[in-house]
Amino acid sequence: MDSLIAIWESVPEALRIVIVILLKIVAILLPVILAVAYTTFAERKIIGYMQVRCGPNRVGPKGWLQPIADVVKLMFKEIITPTKANKAVFFIAPMLALAPALAVWAVIPFWEGGVLSDINAGLLFVLAITSLDVFGIILAGWASNSKYAILSSMRVGAQVVAYEIAMGFALVGVLMAAGSLNLSDIVNAQSGGIQNWFMWPLFGLLVVYFIAGVAETNRAPFDVAEGESEIVAGFHVEYSGMAFALFFLAEYASMLLISVLTVLLFLGGWLSPFGNLFADIPVLGFILGDGIHWLFMKAFFFLVLYLWFRATFPRYRYDQIMRLGWKILIPVTLIWIFGEGIAIGLGWEPWK
Amino acid sequence: MTFELFIFYVFATVTVVSAVGVVTIRNPVYAALFLILAFFTSAATWILLEAEFLGVVLVLVYVGAVMVLFLFVIMMLDINIDPLREGFIRYLPLGILVAVVIAAEIILVVSSDVFTMAIPDAMPADYSNTEALGEILYTEYVYPFELAAVILVVAIIAAISLTMRKRNDLTKHQNITEQVRTKSSDRLRIVKMKTEEKL
Repeated sequence: MDSLIAIWESVPEALRIVIVILLKIVAILLPVILAVAYTTFAERKIIGYMQVRCGPNRVGPKGWLQPIADVVKLMFKEIITPTKANKAVFFIAPMLALAPALAVWAVIPFWEGGVLSDINAGLLFVLAITSLDVFGIILAGWASNSKYAILSSMRVGAQVVAYEIAMGFALVGVLMAAGSLNLSDIVNAQSGGIQNWFMWPLFGLLVVYFIAGVAETNRAPFDVAEGESEIVAGFHVEYSGMAFALFFLAEYASMLLISVLTVLLFLGGWLSPFGNLFADIPVLGFILGDGIHWLFMKAFFFLVLYLWFRATFPRYRYDQIMRLGWKILIPVTLIWIFGEGIAIGLGWEPWK
Repeated sequence: MTFELFIFYVFATVTVVSAVGVVTIRNPVYAALFLILAFFTSAATWILLEAEFLGVVLVLVYVGAVMVLFLFVIMMLDINIDPLREGFIRYLPLGILVAVVIAAEIILVVSSDVFTMAIPDAMPADYSNTEALGEILYTEYVYPFELAAVILVVAIIAAISLTMRKRNDLTKHQNITEQVRTKSSDRLRIVKMKTEEKL
């Protein structure tokens, strides 16, 4: 043990910082990727039960090894490039889709102080990096040199630009209430029990934010980008093997991110709904007190909402998606922010 | 060389190389991609200058929105490059003249006294560029700021009114509000009739 400490202390200071940061990145991304794998399993199981089926139950006990089997299968599949595809962009596109979806986790706080990079413009950073997600999809569609893929790219481009505005306005409402762009500060502004969470005064913005989040991640019922019945599989028709898996990974990582962000911004993140009510009781106080388990439970609820939507709603028609984004969600957020501004101006701030 | 300086040189090199790529590369989609890279690395340089708000907004607005629409348009066009390159030699003297004038202007501006100020001290760690910008924008410069906002709104309205097309009443079109509000009783009528008697 002493020799290990001695080795560690002989490493130069600058290198030590880099090593610690890299280890933290691994500690965040490994659970995220595992969560993605088991989200796909949860999706198939939960939608299965909703439709009175069993879902996958053959690989491992009760099907629990199914995602591992899927990963192994995808890794050993051949990656086929279409002859007329633009090779360089064709392979850069899936990486461009995945990189931003993972980079955002750098500013997400998981518990009090449990964040890789506690920057004061955290919310802006999240907004900027998630706006890069769309490039992977657009370029994949273009590089595939396929009619279906390019149609899908066009749909995604218009849809994402439309819903990003509604999403941004919903975030403006949150930062007006919290008075900060730092995600940890936003969560701490909601402390003191369930009645202090932003979901009550900002309920309209919560609904708009989550709907826009579902549209941003191209999930059902806004999944016109994939639209199996119209354009085969959209932007990833020509992709196979790991290249396809990267798109899949990016989509599910974004789903997890939107769920966690909704919880952080509107449902008090890691804060317990009971506040400090049980703080004095030894074991119960620890379980019912603030902690990462609350973040997981709340985020899981929104993740199940995603799956529930997919099992329930038929796909939106493309023009109705545009109408919902521009003519309903954006006016709703504008009116809500206007009302919030008046409330702050009059000094009537129920969230404090 | 400090670590910061090293990072600056990395980003500066990438910015310059990608900016050159924008104007030299033939494929318009590649040129747009190089432009995205140039925006992104300049944003990184701005963040190094402790202007994180501007850096993030550059990524958010230019990369996340403007360039998406840019790519959108470029991908839709079937650009034939040959006609664009016609007359390259004929217009070359004019092009060189413009380039020399611009280069001379830049050199004059950069070498003037304006840029010879001392390097300002780094701000303390709790300094928030976003807050500082917001405070000055909504106090000292509030009228120019609001004026800019009004001009932008006018531009939006102008753009919409230019592209709005009047629908002819004779052409078929959908009224979505009406469609959404339909009930089953509007579309479906259950008719009860007697069965025909057997002959």
